[in-house]
Amino acid sequence: MLETFILIPGRTTDQGCGVSEGKFKAKYQTAVNSLQVAPGDMERLGLSEGDRVRLTGEEGQSVEVCITAAKKEELPEGLLFIAYGDISSQLMTGDTHGSGMPTSKGMEVTMELLQKATS
Amino acid sequence: MTYAATQVYAPTPSVPGELKVIQDATCTFCGCVCDDIELTVKDDHIIEAKRACVLGKAWFLNHSIEDRPSCMVDGKPATLEQGYDRAAEILTHGKYPIVYGLSDSPCEAQRVAVSIVDWIKGTIDTTTSVCHGPSGMAFQGVGEVTCSLGEVANRGDLIMFWGSNPAESHPRHFTKYSLMPKGMFLPNGRKDRTCVLVDVRKTKSAKAADIFIQIKPKRDFEALWTLRALAKGIELDPDLVQRETGVEFSVWTDLMDRMKACKFGVIFFGMGLTMTRGKHANSEAILALTRDMNEHTRFVAKPNRGHGNVTGADNVVSWRTGYPFGVNHSRGYPRFNPGEYTTSDTLANREADCGMTIACDPMANFSQPAREHLASIPFIALDTKETPTTRVAAVAFTVATYGINTGGTVYRMDDVPIPLRPAFPSPHPSDYDVLTEIEKRVKKILGVTHV
Repeated sequence: MLETFILIPGRTTDQGCGVSEGKFKAKYQTAVNSLQVAPGDMERLGLSEGDRVRLTGEEGQSVEVCITAAKKEELPEGLLFIAYGDISSQLMTGDTHGSGMPTSKGMEVTMELLQKATS
Repeated sequence: MTYAATQVYAPTPSVPGELKVIQDATCTFCGCVCDDIELTVKDDHIIEAKRACVLGKAWFLNHSIEDRPSCMVDGKPATLEQGYDRAAEILTHGKYPIVYGLSDSPCEAQRVAVSIVDWIKGTIDTTTSVCHGPSGMAFQGVGEVTCSLGEVANRGDLIMFWGSNPAESHPRHFTKYSLMPKGMFLPNGRKDRTCVLVDVRKTKSAKAADIFIQIKPKRDFEALWTLRALAKGIELDPDLVQRETGVEFSVWTDLMDRMKACKFGVIFFGMGLTMTRGKHANSEAILALTRDMNEHTRFVAKPNRGHGNVTGADNVVSWRTGYPFGVNHSRGYPRFNPGEYTTSDTLANREADCGMTIACDPMANFSQPAREHLASIPFIALDTKETPTTRVAAVAFTVATYGINTGGTVYRMDDVPIPLRPAFPSPHPSDYDVLTEIEKRVKKILGVTHV
């Protein structure tokens, strides 16, 4: 059975600087395509830096993304973090629950390993 | 009335090879809108941006004139006249036109966008709806005890950040407004203040805080109502509070003691509240807590706003229509209904049949159903750079960058209007110019002769 995590998309310095350089340039693309995983979760699940995983949201929407270890203590186990961008937005659903705001933080997702990083 | 503030603040052309210094330039990257930047310009490039933060430096130093046509129609270069004509045709032929974005445009351009929506009986929405829109709803329900950032700098002795990470989103917030300034009533600056950070993860802002409280994800509402109960002296079950918030009860009672004891408390809150479970109920809770605290001491709350003129968008749409975002004009008068007239909904529900996006990128930032629908309808996009949205627009205008190439007015996150002092001109039109030309053609098509 796949484990459920809570995904927190948010702002990062690299993502903010990358917007000014251009959304199709390397800095922005790297920032919004790196999923941070708590070191404890990576160890427990046998994941390594650069592994490719699939995240699947509550309505079956899914994305593929490479992982990186979060800095120590920055992310508690059970939480995932990614900079706002295309990947995080694809995991939102169309429903805003009458607010105009799609649930964009605190999304429940499952994570499965697709491909180990090549060393 | 002709109002061309963008011309009033037009930049002077650079002389080849000569340095030009712009004093007190305004950075429009984030809602802090720092207006003390010293820019050095050479050959239409900014080579130095003194006092700018890391985001501001990236904003100014990466800016160059986009080597793209000012207008593309159906993916092919076109004249501006062709673009204006096609844009007006699209907007006047739809049954449910939407206009969205505006938080990176000056107020003068925002004003014209609202006029266009009024003429075409369309729906106007800004990026506020996917930012602090829920807070906008909460302001209407609860009210807002607020102040300017200058008051925070001079008076705030307890500074709280809730669901906000200014170290990465507003890097000068601490040094210019909230933590470091030596104020009129805080002669020792940082030493006279206590900083509390509440978040679900230990962000880079935690280093700046004296107290970091890490709550369970999606439990902001429970944590805020715990504090509301403590402010009112209501007895609570400590075990239940810990289970619900993930934080020991004693931490909350200690925080409440500090909140009651301070002279001027400030809560800056971010999208950690508005984008997560609870949304506007979370914002209502923090505004209501702030109101409660004024029974004990002086307390204010402020949303930390993201884009450079998202606060201006709220102000302009409010003074034009009576509502801040998500406003529908189909009956000939404005109606406000988040969840119905907000762009995430009009697109995901497949209601909009044409549109215009201004300084925003829904093809990268919206849900998949919303993106798919936007890509299926004719729309116009105005942006300074190429984006996933401009790539699929029927008409794409490359516009000059506000604050760097064009002037005008923006609102800081505390609703203080700030003038822009641009550095050098752009060959591309401003969004004000583009919108003004589109409005003229819309009026002509609709046969409007008055105003």
